[in-house]
Amino acid sequence: MKRIYFDHSATSAVDPRVLEVMLPFFEKKYGNPSSLHHQGQEAAEALQEAREKVARVINAQPEEIIFTSGGTESNNTAIKGAAFAALTGKSSKRHIIVSQIEHDCVLNACRWLEKMGFEVTYFPVDNYGLVDLEALRKAVRKDTLIISIMHANNEIGTVQDIAEIGKIAHEYGAYFHTDAVQSIIKLPLDTKQMNVDMLSVSSHKIHGPKGVGCLYVKKGTKIDPLLHGGGHERGFRSGTENISGITGFAEAVKIGEEERPTVMPRIQNLRDILIKGVLEIENTWLNGHPTQRLPINAHFCFRFIEGESLILRLDLKGISASTGSACSSKSLQPSHVLLAIGLPPEDAHSSLRLTLGRDNTTEDIEYTLEVLPEVVADLRKISPFKGSFQ
Amino acid sequence: MYSQKVVDHFTHPRNQGHMETPDGVGKVGNPVCGDVMYIYIKVKDGIIEDIKWETMGCAAAIAVSSMITELAKGKSIEEAEQITRNDVANALEGLPPIKMHCSNLAADGLKKAIEDYRSKGERKKEEVA
Repeated sequence: MKRIYFDHSATSAVDPRVLEVMLPFFEKKYGNPSSLHHQGQEAAEALQEAREKVARVINAQPEEIIFTSGGTESNNTAIKGAAFAALTGKSSKRHIIVSQIEHDCVLNACRWLEKMGFEVTYFPVDNYGLVDLEALRKAVRKDTLIISIMHANNEIGTVQDIAEIGKIAHEYGAYFHTDAVQSIIKLPLDTKQMNVDMLSVSSHKIHGPKGVGCLYVKKGTKIDPLLHGGGHERGFRSGTENISGITGFAEAVKIGEEERPTVMPRIQNLRDILIKGVLEIENTWLNGHPTQRLPINAHFCFRFIEGESLILRLDLKGISASTGSACSSKSLQPSHVLLAIGLPPEDAHSSLRLTLGRDNTTEDIEYTLEVLPEVVADLRKISPFKGSFQ
Repeated sequence: MYSQKVVDHFTHPRNQGHMETPDGVGKVGNPVCGDVMYIYIKVKDGIIEDIKWETMGCAAAIAVSSMITELAKGKSIEEAEQITRNDVANALEGLPPIKMHCSNLAADGLKKAIEDYRSKGERKKEEVA
């Protein structure tokens, strides 16, 4: 059976061109970039080249890039790093603002910082998942250390007005961090235009290897490291650099950005056909913003059925999808993102996320539009609820 | 994640459907939790002659609904109410630990259907008296 992969916001296949860049660093160019000899310097050069590649794409300086193990570490480094620096330095700021629809790695880092004495505002979003800028302005305080609001949401795909949020943060002297894990190479990223002090990126969702990513940290931003050691990454992240991963990540960023102007409009067009077709199913709606959303993302609710049974039935038909975040699929709780946009829990259980990639075709969309209505109808036939939850 | 047996019952559910005039109905679960199960029974001479179900829920919830009807069909109501969540889970060759509550739901649903049948019987007796 042909398999159709619609879970690119969970992870993606490594691009063969990326793999090719990575391979020499396992057997031949195995040096440690901290070593002074030939092999070491060869690795150091590759590391510098990778740093420049990533910096160029997001309009940053190479020395503002800290390579990490991925999105979770980047987000933890940004938020906890700023908090630790406030504790160890002279800052008396102890207030943090994050949106209610952040990834768990942001929310759980903040919950832990509350135990450390920080006060956290979990800022609400509207029904589309957007942060209200005027309300945000009122929530910022003199002692607000950092605001962290994601660029594009991993579940519903809503894209925030990041530049404006950054302006608000800076008016009050707070740092602004954004999680751009979902948006890099899907949307243009420019750290200057976006008014960000820190920005998190991951590799494996953009056809790069797993276990690598980076945090952009604007010069002058005070963060303490999570990992102390030999002072790698200018002291921000100790540990021998994952050279093969980093070179692959940088290549994936470069290729993705070069191809964005042709690839993304094509994906978006397929996505729009998909949304239009799916919305013909009754008692079904699109979650997230109709236009201000990631070009690869489609996210629906199908009333009166449950999301897990939907994705398993689709899986048996060859379609790989998810209910929302792959991370939360093992828990029984409805998605915090869907609750935050105002869905009642019974509807939040009925979600389906389809995230497209560059290898998806028109045939994939046609097949899905054939299979999905059947699967939904079949599960609704089984369901005790036919037209209401009464 | 799921056993072959669960997948089989999930994709080919047995005894699925609505029952117009059941002798007993058990409604368990809550849409807020994402799992709701209705179990309908038809009883003749103390034997569960027919049993149907409707479920909104995950693959495990659908599979346990299907399985419990297979286990209960043709049994006396006394035998049927002895069916435990472990019987259902074992018949499905196991469930992931996080999904064990689903088998609980099925066992509870059947018990409630039997209780409903009995209470209707009591009411009928009262009416006759």
